[in-house]
Amino acid sequence: MTRVAVAGIGHGVFGRRSDASVQELAFEAYRHALADAQLEPAAIDASVIAAVPEYHKQRSIAGVVQEYLNLNPKPTWLTEVACASGSAAIRSAWMAIASGLHEVVAVIGCQKMTELETPEILALMGRVGDVQWESTFGTTFPGYYALFARRHMHEFGTTPEQLARVAVKNHHYGALNEKALFRKEITLEKALASDPVASPLRVYDCCANADGAACLILMSESRARETSSPVVWLDGLGCATASMSVLRRPDLTGLPSAAEASRQAHAMAGSEPSQVKVASVHDCFTIAELMAYEDLGFCAKGEGGAFIDDKASYLGGATPVNVDGGLKAKGHPIGATGVSMACEIVTQLRGKAGERQVEGADLGLTHNVGGIGQYCFVNLYRRD
Amino acid sequence: MFEWFGKVSFCTHTKVSDFARHLRDGRIMASRCRGCGQLAYPPRADCPDCLSGEFDYEEIGGEGTVLSYARIDAPPAGFEGEAPYVVGVVDLAETGRLLACFGASIPEDEIAVGMPVQAVPRMNENVEEIQVYYSLERPGTTWAKADCS
Repeated sequence: MTRVAVAGIGHGVFGRRSDASVQELAFEAYRHALADAQLEPAAIDASVIAAVPEYHKQRSIAGVVQEYLNLNPKPTWLTEVACASGSAAIRSAWMAIASGLHEVVAVIGCQKMTELETPEILALMGRVGDVQWESTFGTTFPGYYALFARRHMHEFGTTPEQLARVAVKNHHYGALNEKALFRKEITLEKALASDPVASPLRVYDCCANADGAACLILMSESRARETSSPVVWLDGLGCATASMSVLRRPDLTGLPSAAEASRQAHAMAGSEPSQVKVASVHDCFTIAELMAYEDLGFCAKGEGGAFIDDKASYLGGATPVNVDGGLKAKGHPIGATGVSMACEIVTQLRGKAGERQVEGADLGLTHNVGGIGQYCFVNLYRRD
Repeated sequence: MFEWFGKVSFCTHTKVSDFARHLRDGRIMASRCRGCGQLAYPPRADCPDCLSGEFDYEEIGGEGTVLSYARIDAPPAGFEGEAPYVVGVVDLAETGRLLACFGASIPEDEIAVGMPVQAVPRMNENVEEIQVYYSLERPGTTWAKADCS
């Protein structure tokens, strides 16, 4: 079986980056990743750029990034599947290497969310569902996840307090992450008293838009074996889709694409959910993380609320989840998020996560969702 | 004429644009595939199963039960004057699902998952152009239908 290694990771600071253009953000992450991989730029055979084009003034973003990174005339291409674009780029790079076409590929997720005014962003995001039959009634992105939250509450007795506990946990770990947008603990009371956005979801149930970039350098097995340091392998890849429209989903208590992508990734890696030691999941909203516990098999269907009540997703729990703060505290530069998740998991598998370190982490998972689960990518990383 | 459908329209051209005309006339239409007979709501021109592109409109009653709902407190562009409003996803009695806002006949504190509702065709009287939609109302709510369709 072909194996693909992670040779380097680089992560920029997420936040309102009024100091930098999108290609400058990309360069920060790229520079860190090259240094981490101990590679010269000439070693890069190709790049895959992850970004969602409609948020940028610059058209065809891959071209401007490729030029600014001084990678011309090497090949580049863009991947776009909404908020899962970063994981799509990783999948695309894996294919390029596994096929033998390239040996070393830089994956760069970059996004500047703050080039547009908030009303423009709200209008764009509100069209995350089906514009023909749904957006016309004034649906919003949090509104869709509110539909999931309400149904989950109805079927399983999940409570607003349980949702807020996800936010409390992720802010707790975000406070320990120097790359995060929000580095402050919050209390359950503060979360529950925040303004409603799409009831039952409140401000603290939602992640924040951010600018930022992250970079992963993937490498063929033969090249990776030449290096001396312990290698982290991308051993399992899963990718699945679900209907664009909530009107065609089997139920509103989980994301079928996530469950299927997880099944595929474990089948490929020869592992099972109970073996996952650390996970970065797509907590664009608190309910999304709670559903991910269930979709990924960390707990049984309907037990996501109890899972957070028991602190099973904290360090020391059954499966630590988003101990880098998640989208909730890091911020969500949508093209960069999937790559950021991979950076965190690789850091954990290398044992370099400092006070956030999961002891004995040898198998880590990323779960990256596009839209409201129209796309889901689950990847498994393993330490030598 | 599909731009008639909804307060803000994002879809002008579709093979099921007559849906909006029927809604103006007081009828909610599903599509019935001429190839295999599948009934679909929302209506669609192309059958996902037998791949036929031939279909007929078929009126549905619009009764259903609430699968879930959400109150939109922070509205998207174009809906600032409406918020807060409650959108519901309804399992239709006949086939498929429908998403719409709750209307005046159901106070917000009475909205519940599993409650029966009636989707009722509506015409916005406050604008000059034709604007049609449907709202979720109490079962038994009646409305006028045009004679011809």
